[in-house]
Amino acid sequence: MRKLTAAAAVSVSVFALLTGAASAEKLTIGLASEPTAMDPHFHNLGPNNAISYHLFDRLIAQDEKQRLSPGLAVSWQPIDELTWEFKLREGVKFHDGSDFNADDFICTMERAPDVPNSPSGFGTYLKGKSFKKIDDYTVHISTETPYPLMANDISTIPVISDSAGCGAATEDFNTGTAAIGTGPFKFGSYKPGESITMVRNDDYWGEAPIWSEVDFRPIKSGPSRVAALLAGDVDMIASVPTTDIGVLEGKDEIQLSQGVSNRVIYLHLDQFRENSPFVKGTDGSDIKNPLLDQRVRLAISKSINRNAIVDRVMEGVALPAGQLLPEGFFGVSENLQPIDYDPNGAKELLAEAGYPDGFQLTIHGPNDRYINDAKIAEAIGQMLTRVGIKTAVETMPRSVYFGRASRGGADGKPEFSFILVGWGAGSGEASSPLKSLIHTYDKDKGFGSSNRGRHSNAEIDAKIEEALRTVDDEKRQDLLAEATEMAINDVAIIPTHFQVNTWAAKKGLKYIPRTDEYTLAMGVVKE
Amino acid sequence: MSVFVIRRLMQALLVVFLMSVIVFFGVNIVGDPVYMLVSPDADQADIEAAIRRLGLDRPIWDQYLLFLKGAAQGNLGDSFIFGEPALKLILHHMPATLELAFSALMLAIVIGIPLGLFSGLYPDNPISKGIMAGSILGFSLPTFWVGLMLILLFAVELGWLPSTGRGDTATIFGIETSLATWDGLRHIFLPALNLALLKISLAIRLTRAGVREAMSQDYVKYARAKGISTRRIIFVHVMKNIMIPVVTVMGLEFGSLIGFSVVTETIFAWPGMGKLLIDAILQLDRPVVVAYLMIMVLFFVVINLVVDILYSILDPRVRLQDQGA
Repeated sequence: MRKLTAAAAVSVSVFALLTGAASAEKLTIGLASEPTAMDPHFHNLGPNNAISYHLFDRLIAQDEKQRLSPGLAVSWQPIDELTWEFKLREGVKFHDGSDFNADDFICTMERAPDVPNSPSGFGTYLKGKSFKKIDDYTVHISTETPYPLMANDISTIPVISDSAGCGAATEDFNTGTAAIGTGPFKFGSYKPGESITMVRNDDYWGEAPIWSEVDFRPIKSGPSRVAALLAGDVDMIASVPTTDIGVLEGKDEIQLSQGVSNRVIYLHLDQFRENSPFVKGTDGSDIKNPLLDQRVRLAISKSINRNAIVDRVMEGVALPAGQLLPEGFFGVSENLQPIDYDPNGAKELLAEAGYPDGFQLTIHGPNDRYINDAKIAEAIGQMLTRVGIKTAVETMPRSVYFGRASRGGADGKPEFSFILVGWGAGSGEASSPLKSLIHTYDKDKGFGSSNRGRHSNAEIDAKIEEALRTVDDEKRQDLLAEATEMAINDVAIIPTHFQVNTWAAKKGLKYIPRTDEYTLAMGVVKE
Repeated sequence: MSVFVIRRLMQALLVVFLMSVIVFFGVNIVGDPVYMLVSPDADQADIEAAIRRLGLDRPIWDQYLLFLKGAAQGNLGDSFIFGEPALKLILHHMPATLELAFSALMLAIVIGIPLGLFSGLYPDNPISKGIMAGSILGFSLPTFWVGLMLILLFAVELGWLPSTGRGDTATIFGIETSLATWDGLRHIFLPALNLALLKISLAIRLTRAGVREAMSQDYVKYARAKGISTRRIIFVHVMKNIMIPVVTVMGLEFGSLIGFSVVTETIFAWPGMGKLLIDAILQLDRPVVVAYLMIMVLFFVVINLVVDILYSILDPRVRLQDQGA
């Protein structure tokens, strides 16, 4: 019997070697979330953008740390206050063999903001810009006011083909006839809910990928995804559930890749109402909103034990946060550290502010949006209760939560007093959270669109707006860092931690983690 | 007769209309789909544009009238998320669910009836006791747990079957199905077994109860006295009699197999209607949820209508009673 098992083991390993060698060029990836279309302009959403990265290039690429690098453009620079000049790459061919030139770029920019039936398009990045073809490989983009984020905005737009794609409908992309890009992979097949396949583009202008064929399988359920990897049905999976990380770490045949993301988890506090609906006195009576007092906000921040959240709730898979983006990103401050856990200091501050016995508060949060979101809200509730702020916890599905948190109250204002939210900086630099979360809510200018605590400080606003006018990178970086410091000192929001994402692959493969949380076949390397 | 049919038809229409009110308003007052759709980078103007485009700025009764108008023309609205007609999406995912439900039903019959027959004939045999104990597990273990255990055992530990997904499909009689390829069969086995577990237990219990009752009936005793072989008594006379309740219940359970497939489809990443529905609920894709529920309502109403009419043809008393009422 033992002999038989040994023989079986040998034959299995030989078989594994043979199949390993034969299928090494094919890569199968289990995705946690699926794109909603193959049309790269249909839905501006993480899973869609990640898939479109394989088929379509941008003028400017974002690398794994969201730093900008040349894509279909070889250079870009402002030629005057209001105009940027982009020089396009020559000799690039689309998958159907046609040449890439300025016409493709111009028609892409016309189509991207305006796809019929699109749930949410790319108009946000193209507003107020006009495009002009100078010659086949030069284009000018002009704005009405000086605009430093031109390169970041343009880096979000996938370029499609003038002849095959610009006049096509979303359905034509889903069937593949219009899914003609210049990217490292060509469209293979698209079966919603089942699989997306691609084949290598051997004529790729850049570094050709090592995989000749890629198969993406959406497997939404976390345990099933892990099982599919263990069973060998997929070579790599995205979004490993935190509870499974420990188990997978102990397995020799599995290799984990982890990297911090651009997503900060933070707390917004009601700073616009004298009487906040979910803040009560210790006896349950209405009181003047204590969250308007900077000392109270700081006390809340000091009473949160960030290390405990990271170690216990997140099982070590997160980083304590002291500002809006982790270090290494454009515009972060070098002077800010996560605020130390200091319950006694918090109590003193509360007493100084006139709340020696604390008050009652409710924290609201989603329970299906961020990693362990409901557990984090519960932990924070307990930490605040310990310093005297009796905190109730209420979590709900994101489909209900975000509507109420954004415009569920009277006059379409935010409903809650104290909320847990997250923000991923899509542009990969600090102006994104500053503009949307910290700047005063201003509908006309489009600032503060996600400022659900309605924090408002004219000095910080001025600093942010100055940064958004400053084209000089070094100066802008300093301005953004200063604005961040001011916001943190004013406790406009309370950052708790940065999410860390985990990918798992079979032995011999490694994923280069991306801060934008995308899962790209180009980032899967052999060891 | 025609009066009867017309009256039933009117009642069915009323039910469909009332259900459309309940479903539409029930789904449309929960949550806010806008924030599930727009990119976080969108500013206030973009968000307002999205609200207008989805028609969410209109009063809800206005939205309902628009829905009714579309429904009358066979259009149940466009999916918020995919931008395609909800009806088309559901029909596209329907074959996967139907083949799964059909396979599960087959498994229930092929496994459940023989086991039930055995334990009914030999109730004191230890194997029968084992079968009955097993059927209790089949009733009581939660589907999602059993599903994961099946994957762990057959896919991860033994490596015999694939863990998730649908596998290759082929077209027979114009229907794309995974029952036509070996790879497809390998993929469908685990989810079908998982879905069938409850129904297998049901078939076992129904068959066993039927057999035990039939074996003590006079016609069996008479057949025995006449010297007919046991084999012929069981497979011809007893089986014929106990099959009626089994077939009726199994037929009715087919509907619930389609409904219960939601959990199994999620665990096994099976691209069917159930998975589409659960995704639509989580992402608040209201038109898809409403369309799915309306199709189910229509499905059941039509079945009931047909049954009612058949009854009235078969049994005049039903017709007469109805006229008297």
